[in-house]
Amino acid sequence: MGNRGWKGLNAIWPSLLLVIILFAVWQLSVDGGLVPEWQLPSPTTIVNEMVEVWPRLMDNSSATIELALIGFVGGALAGFILAAILHLIPLIRKAVYPLLVVSQNVPVIAIGPILTIWLGYGILPKLILVWIVCFFPVSVAILNGFKDTDPTLRNYMQMIGADKWRLFIRLELPNAVTHLFSGLKIAASYSVLSAVVAEWLGADKGLGHYMILSSKGYEPARVFAAVFLIVLLSLALFGLVALIERLVIRWRPVRGAGRT
Amino acid sequence: MTALELKDIHKVFDSGRKNILNGLSLTVAESEFVSIIGPSGSGKTTLFQLIGGLEKPTAGEVWIGGQHTTGSRGHISYMPQQASLMPWRSVSANIELALEIAGVERKTASRQAKEWLDRIGLLEYADEYPHVLSGGMQQRVSFLRALLSPQPLMLLDEPFGALDALTRQQMQQWLMAIWEQNRRSVLLVTHSIEEALLLSDRIIVLSSAPAVILKEIAVPFERPRSAQLWREPLFNELKQSIHELLH
Repeated sequence: MGNRGWKGLNAIWPSLLLVIILFAVWQLSVDGGLVPEWQLPSPTTIVNEMVEVWPRLMDNSSATIELALIGFVGGALAGFILAAILHLIPLIRKAVYPLLVVSQNVPVIAIGPILTIWLGYGILPKLILVWIVCFFPVSVAILNGFKDTDPTLRNYMQMIGADKWRLFIRLELPNAVTHLFSGLKIAASYSVLSAVVAEWLGADKGLGHYMILSSKGYEPARVFAAVFLIVLLSLALFGLVALIERLVIRWRPVRGAGRT
Repeated sequence: MTALELKDIHKVFDSGRKNILNGLSLTVAESEFVSIIGPSGSGKTTLFQLIGGLEKPTAGEVWIGGQHTTGSRGHISYMPQQASLMPWRSVSANIELALEIAGVERKTASRQAKEWLDRIGLLEYADEYPHVLSGGMQQRVSFLRALLSPQPLMLLDEPFGALDALTRQQMQQWLMAIWEQNRRSVLLVTHSIEEALLLSDRIIVLSSAPAVILKEIAVPFERPRSAQLWREPLFNELKQSIHELLH
């Protein structure tokens, strides 16, 4: 582990320790009979159960991953395109932006059954659901990024004669990239969550489907196993986006390294 | 050919309530270095926006390089007070961007950027991001970017205003040396009387708003000028007379 790795460990050890303590308390209270095992299985029971049903979990995970990934990429892409259009054409922005914000008050879970009526039980209605969820944080983040352009840089570009398109391509767009990634990170977490919700509403595979099945069959350990996996998936996708961000944005100064 | 000609410029804001410029006329000849000096709020920013084409005058005309350019952009190169380098572009790519917008071919732009970075001793930073440079070095890059742009007029907007006194002096010497070897037409806005005297061929003293020209002073010192110009009695006489005009 390099210097950076130790620094990272240094920053996260308090929360890591807290997680370990919480799991220990959980394990001990189940072992000590404080909570009945049929209500809350202990962490070791859950891990044992995970190992036992591993192949089925993996089958269902891959369906959920597929749904989340395609939804995430599609939603992010649509969010980006919409943001660019809204930014470049003020009239459309004025018309659409308020509706966009209001639309976020429609609970996604309420749209689900309607999508199912219209489109059946295939992958399409679920994809649309994930897509709707992912696209909003991305488009809002980029729109803010476009707006947040440094006025002195904007003034400079205008003074030397940059037209609207050059201003967009050379200044506003690269400036929005940091914002884009904060939107993408939110969308990454949402995508797994909404994929599971979509599977609850009607699916024949996926972790959401497996949760419903296990719940009906009264297998709390399996439900928890699915929850564990969902959390892991969410973290993995988030981490992937953060990694790409680090590779793409390399111009940011390392704190304290710049000269004055 | 004159680099810049302002003909009787009027600028009024807020439907007549704020009179910023009132019949301003001035010229910058080819290869001439002209400074504008005036109290804060004398409309220097507005004046630059008019010359850059970001604003339109209420009345009057702007001519750049013999072309009528009132309200149209892209006829000047520009060095603002903040270096305004794009943080996501390397030092060299920042220079290239300015040239690209001015219509210079990419290959030529890249070659010129490298060549000049070498000449001012910053070649080793060509591929670094601007944040590794000191404030003074960033302003050197910003000046280079304006110098290399092919437009007929350079606008320098208080280019050293954000630097500390010592760096500021070094930058003035540096800019003077480069400019004396590569004479472009320059219009400089500054708050510093010494800076104006050291660098310019001519100084235009503006009143506070609505701005009118109080006085035009031809600076009599020969070029190349010495860094020790401030020792001369004439330098101090001129400095004092400008000071009195402004207060």
